[in-house]
Amino acid sequence: MTSYIRKPKDFISGAIFLVVGVGALILLQDYQFGTARRMGPAYFPAILAAMLSCFAVVLIWRSLGGTREAMESVPMKPALLILGGALLFALLIRPAGLVLAVVPMVFLGSLANTPFRWQVALPTGIVLALGSAAIFAYGLGQPIPVLGYWFGN
Amino acid sequence: MTDLFMNLEIGFLTAVSANALLYCFIGCLLGTLIGVLPGLGPSATIAMLLPITFGLDPTASLIMLAGIYYGAQYGGSTTAILVNLPGEASSVVTAIDGYQMARQGRAGLALITAALGSFFAGTVATLLIATMAPSLAKAALQFGAPEYFSLMVLGLVVSVVLAHGSLIKALAMICLGLLLGLIGTDVTSGTERLTFRIFELSDGLDIVAVAIGLFGLGEIILNLSVEAEKRTAFAKAITGLLPTRKDLKQIFGPVVRGTAVGSALGILPGGGAMLASFVSYAVEKKVSREPERFGKGAIEGVAGPESANNAGSQTSFVPMLTLGIPSNVVMALMIGAMIIHGIQPGPSVMTDQPELFWGLIVSMWIGNLMLVILNLPLIGLWVRLLTIPYRFLFPAIMVFCCIGAFSMNNSSFDIYVVVVFGFLGYLFKKLDCEAAPFILGLILGPMIEEYLRRSMLLSRGDPTIFISRPMSAVMLGLAAIAILSVAIPAVRRARDDALLEE
Repeated sequence: MTSYIRKPKDFISGAIFLVVGVGALILLQDYQFGTARRMGPAYFPAILAAMLSCFAVVLIWRSLGGTREAMESVPMKPALLILGGALLFALLIRPAGLVLAVVPMVFLGSLANTPFRWQVALPTGIVLALGSAAIFAYGLGQPIPVLGYWFGN
Repeated sequence: MTDLFMNLEIGFLTAVSANALLYCFIGCLLGTLIGVLPGLGPSATIAMLLPITFGLDPTASLIMLAGIYYGAQYGGSTTAILVNLPGEASSVVTAIDGYQMARQGRAGLALITAALGSFFAGTVATLLIATMAPSLAKAALQFGAPEYFSLMVLGLVVSVVLAHGSLIKALAMICLGLLLGLIGTDVTSGTERLTFRIFELSDGLDIVAVAIGLFGLGEIILNLSVEAEKRTAFAKAITGLLPTRKDLKQIFGPVVRGTAVGSALGILPGGGAMLASFVSYAVEKKVSREPERFGKGAIEGVAGPESANNAGSQTSFVPMLTLGIPSNVVMALMIGAMIIHGIQPGPSVMTDQPELFWGLIVSMWIGNLMLVILNLPLIGLWVRLLTIPYRFLFPAIMVFCCIGAFSMNNSSFDIYVVVVFGFLGYLFKKLDCEAAPFILGLILGPMIEEYLRRSMLLSRGDPTIFISRPMSAVMLGLAAIAILSVAIPAVRRARDDALLEE
């Protein structure tokens, strides 16, 4: 399938832009367009979405010609682990609190690094958890739960 | 002239209070501390530290932000010089000769040159802002909706012209940014647009959370996805800190020229500051009698661009403060911070809140001064900080990013935004799509729509209003020229050379 696509980077970015542009145009059907004189909520976004779609088509069109370019690999493992860690933090911060949200996040995130050693990841997490609790919650007085409502706070 | 001194006096009264000095100092320290970490440019540093300032009163918060800004920028130069890891496009140039100097054991001299050059540039640029801002704000008050609209278009276009790589991609990124910027409640009709019925989105996407995702987490993922990349730190002892008289003589010319170039380019709405260091480097190479020394540790190659960069980042406050138009990502974040404090950036800030306005301008200068004082004794510490292995560094950055995002509204929702844009940031980088035009679009989206609406209401739906008003026509003309200059291949090649010269 890649044989027609000479510039995979242009093709993929074009495809993403096209999906967003067309998707926005479809979603905007639910809102009022209004007139040029009295623009409704959908007027300007629709112009932008249309422009975005046009640029996307040009990108896709151009990706089919010219010299062949290589696509570098886009490893998903670090992305999933780092973002998964952040997600875990978001889910845990209220119920478990800062300390117990940081440790698993750091642990999960550290799996993205090679070589992974839990002997490094675990202490790093604990130090960061205690350190950030000291700096942000106590030092700067920010309203971050150090221990969450699971602990009756 | 008397006005100038009166205004600066108001500024000094605000900025020299013990409180303000303290916040400026903390800002500088934190900014340098985080900014010096490899892989964290000024944008990421500021995005991460912004939430800390939200609890302060507006003046103190902006003063601290200015401190963070300069600290982050200086920290970025330090990393560029010591480990050849430029955190942002503007310090790419510094890395060329700065790193060579460091390898020759002249790292101390390079760092001092950067600090002194920046301080000189900052002083000149501060005076320039103080003299120019009032007249510019007066001019800005004459601006109607069409002029604002055209100015924003010009700003966005210039940001594209300065971006690397494909023009079409950059234009698409602007549209994407503008479009996502419109998510949330439409001010005029009160309709919630494109929110997917998510309550938290009714206020729109938070630009700080988006920036933390794009520049903070996105960058970590990118770094970790590069297999076994060696991040060798610079362990050599730093000697020869103080410049000799010969050195001073050598850097004087470049610093002055760099300051002039940077001040002029920084005023342009649309990210001229970034180009400043490139232009200055090119100028220095041209005027030098021994251009072959450049790239091999020429001190002029550090002095000129660093001064230009600092002058530019200083004067880029002018369009931000007087017109409310950000010229780069950092300014976009500053506008975001001002809006959170209930200040609408624009020409009225100067008349309505003179303490804030002049206090900020003076504290910029104090921030610069503090950087010099702070960094001379601390250079050794920053160097040691650079030897922290990445396996400890990136978890710490993750923690800062998440806590920063959470503490903005005390809600996990902003972390979800960070996660989504962290992924997008990674993807954009891999696809060679630049994030800067996207962020500018994001913050300008609602503003540009509002001015478009007002203009069209004014002209009763006739779009020719944008070319029948002279000021607006000139700005759109400039925007068209800028686009054409990039679109024409010959010019384009020259631009690519200038931007990619490493």
